[in-house]
Amino acid sequence: MVILKILLRNSLRHPLRSALTVAAIAIAILAFGLLRTVIDAWYAGVQASSAARLITRNAISLIMPLPLSYAPRIRQVEGVSRVSWGNWFGGVYQDPKNFFPSFAVEPEGYIDLYPEMVVGDAELAAFRRERTACLVGRKTAERFGWKVGQTIVLRGTIFPGDWPMTIRGIFRGRDKTADESPLMFHWDYLNEGVKRIMPGAADTVGWYLVGVKNPDDAAHVAATIDALFRNSLAETLTETEKAFNLGFIRMTEAILTVIRLVSFAIIAIIMVVAANTMAMTARERMGEYATFKALGFGGFAIGVLVWGESLTLTAAGGALGMALTYPAAGYFSLKLGQFFPVFNVSHTTLALDVAAIVIVGVAASILPTWRAANVNVVEGFRHLG
Amino acid sequence: MAIPWSYSLRNLATRRLTTVLTASGMAMVVFVFAAMEMLAAGLRATLVDTGAWDNAVLIRKASQTEVQSSVTRDAAAIVESQPEVADGAGGARLAAKEIVVLINLLQRADERPANVTIRGIGPASLALRPQVRLAAGRMPRAGSTEIAAGASIARRFRGAQLGERLRFGQQEWAVVGILDSGGAGFDSEIWGDVDQLMQAFRRPVYSSVILRLRDPAGFDTLKARLEGDPRLELEAKRERQFYADQSEAMATFLRVFGAVLAAIFSTGAVIGAMITMYAAVANRVPEIGTMRALGFRRGSILAAFLLESAFLGLLGGAVGVAAASFLQLVTVSTMNWQTFSELAFRFDLTAGIAARSLLFALGMGLAGGMLPALRAARLGIVDALRTS
Repeated sequence: MVILKILLRNSLRHPLRSALTVAAIAIAILAFGLLRTVIDAWYAGVQASSAARLITRNAISLIMPLPLSYAPRIRQVEGVSRVSWGNWFGGVYQDPKNFFPSFAVEPEGYIDLYPEMVVGDAELAAFRRERTACLVGRKTAERFGWKVGQTIVLRGTIFPGDWPMTIRGIFRGRDKTADESPLMFHWDYLNEGVKRIMPGAADTVGWYLVGVKNPDDAAHVAATIDALFRNSLAETLTETEKAFNLGFIRMTEAILTVIRLVSFAIIAIIMVVAANTMAMTARERMGEYATFKALGFGGFAIGVLVWGESLTLTAAGGALGMALTYPAAGYFSLKLGQFFPVFNVSHTTLALDVAAIVIVGVAASILPTWRAANVNVVEGFRHLG
Repeated sequence: MAIPWSYSLRNLATRRLTTVLTASGMAMVVFVFAAMEMLAAGLRATLVDTGAWDNAVLIRKASQTEVQSSVTRDAAAIVESQPEVADGAGGARLAAKEIVVLINLLQRADERPANVTIRGIGPASLALRPQVRLAAGRMPRAGSTEIAAGASIARRFRGAQLGERLRFGQQEWAVVGILDSGGAGFDSEIWGDVDQLMQAFRRPVYSSVILRLRDPAGFDTLKARLEGDPRLELEAKRERQFYADQSEAMATFLRVFGAVLAAIFSTGAVIGAMITMYAAVANRVPEIGTMRALGFRRGSILAAFLLESAFLGLLGGAVGVAAASFLQLVTVSTMNWQTFSELAFRFDLTAGIAARSLLFALGMGLAGGMLPALRAARLGIVDALRTS
């Protein structure tokens, strides 16, 4: 108990310096937490994707279409429960800056294959009934203040022209990891328009979404599907949704690496700030440590004093920083919602925060602790001047 | 009467550990700040160099990128015959009808797929891009399944080196040449004959038309005429603008990200400098009292301590910029979100970035030293001398 009292008292001897150190550590832990959350947000699509759904796309690349005639052939593959399909529409609402993902999908299977999308039965039925209807995620609906029953117009970036559609349902995510930003409308509606404006591209789909009866068979089913279309005009590449999303992230890995490195740089910087504080503190108190020694305290006890003070300061700063992470993440999510549809502070992030705090607290005090523990009594008394 | 600046310098030298720690904290901040700026500058340089001021690009209205665009053969022919188009060698028009498609290739390093841009070129394509030259081999022959790979593609992807073969669109393609555009975006492309590629990918339409303007000033007339033509659903952009727009999202992200980081980091570093300078003042109270007694003014004391923290900042800044300069050896390759395709670019250290980074470091030093220096200047002579 005495030792705690001494630690606390010591920490408060230089209130300004301690406050500054705590502030620096809090800011750094906050930044570190935010960066980890950005990395998590990057992987959010992978976390939320399932291994029981397969994506079949054109082997050349995602921008090449597949013929609609593949659907019945995929359905006959052993182990397939459902087949649906979709197209990336890439619609623009009013201004290209208002980005949100928009897809044209086959309305029956696609929604069934995504239990993560929660939408009322009446709304879903209304959406499926009407060819020009669309479903939109809660986040996007709130962003533009859209209501059910409203007619909106999307401008096509791939399929030219204006595409009016009526919102018949607003879906929510089943949990926090689900993306609530996409808009989905009928693939038939798109196809009709395509027949008119780009007849060559009619009756083609961007990808097939394949439900698998048993997730353990996913690899085998994928290989069977690809074998069906080998050496045809449009060869396919089938992988689990998880692998498909991971492939996307890998393409932007360089940016992620930069963010990771930066988050470590932050920890290094606070380490330096904390080490600086501790070095000064220890230097000023050499006389006191010598007194302790003269009174018969061992090097270990003195070491604990320095080390404990360092941990006290970093822990205070860390706790403050972690507490601030939540409101900051909320603000970030508001500002960058279109880039990161899912932005949650995870438990892993908090655990990493704690680990960083402990590492900094220990590392910052290594040198001062060693110096204090091994202070030579005679030398130390000289410091008293 | 000013205090000699060597006083400030020597004070830094007396407490070496603290000086090193504080300066290295600042160096790290400056390093991150410079690195982000260099990344954004490198991206800009790559894409801006890709485009030329006197070239115009035509893509379908609202399509934003070549990959999403489609230009019918009729529309392309109309564009080609515009009076603003320059004449090339042998009287042919300096315009190229091109197709741009993404294909999946595996990276040499880790067998991971990435989207690579493949461009179907016409006879005028090379002449339209003076910065592209053949580094090895020869150009693909028209009407053959030969391709030329950009330098960065040849280095990083399997089967893209000279003499190797790639398989896509149900055909084998022989790599007969390596293109070098000196770090422009074309280093991340593969070029082949436009008609062959259209057949292989079964696309009956072009993606874009690129043309050289007879007179760069004629762009606006051409743009107005083509965009007003009801037969065409096209938009015209100067090539330089076109490529700058392609990097907008990435560059904005890097800039915003860099600015936010710099703001957060610098707060930490400023606090570090503040702690150091407060301690420096506290340790030298009697010294300050002596100097005041000798007749140095408050202003001189303030200047001496500010100078000390400015040196501290500059030291950190110099180390940070020096460390960041090594990043120029690194090439970053990532997917450009807007075009969806792989793009390689470098960290680019410009004189402006170096100067800005040093100024930033100086600013951090001054911000951290301001309050402690004020405190030093405000000490009462008698009290200060009493503490000794």
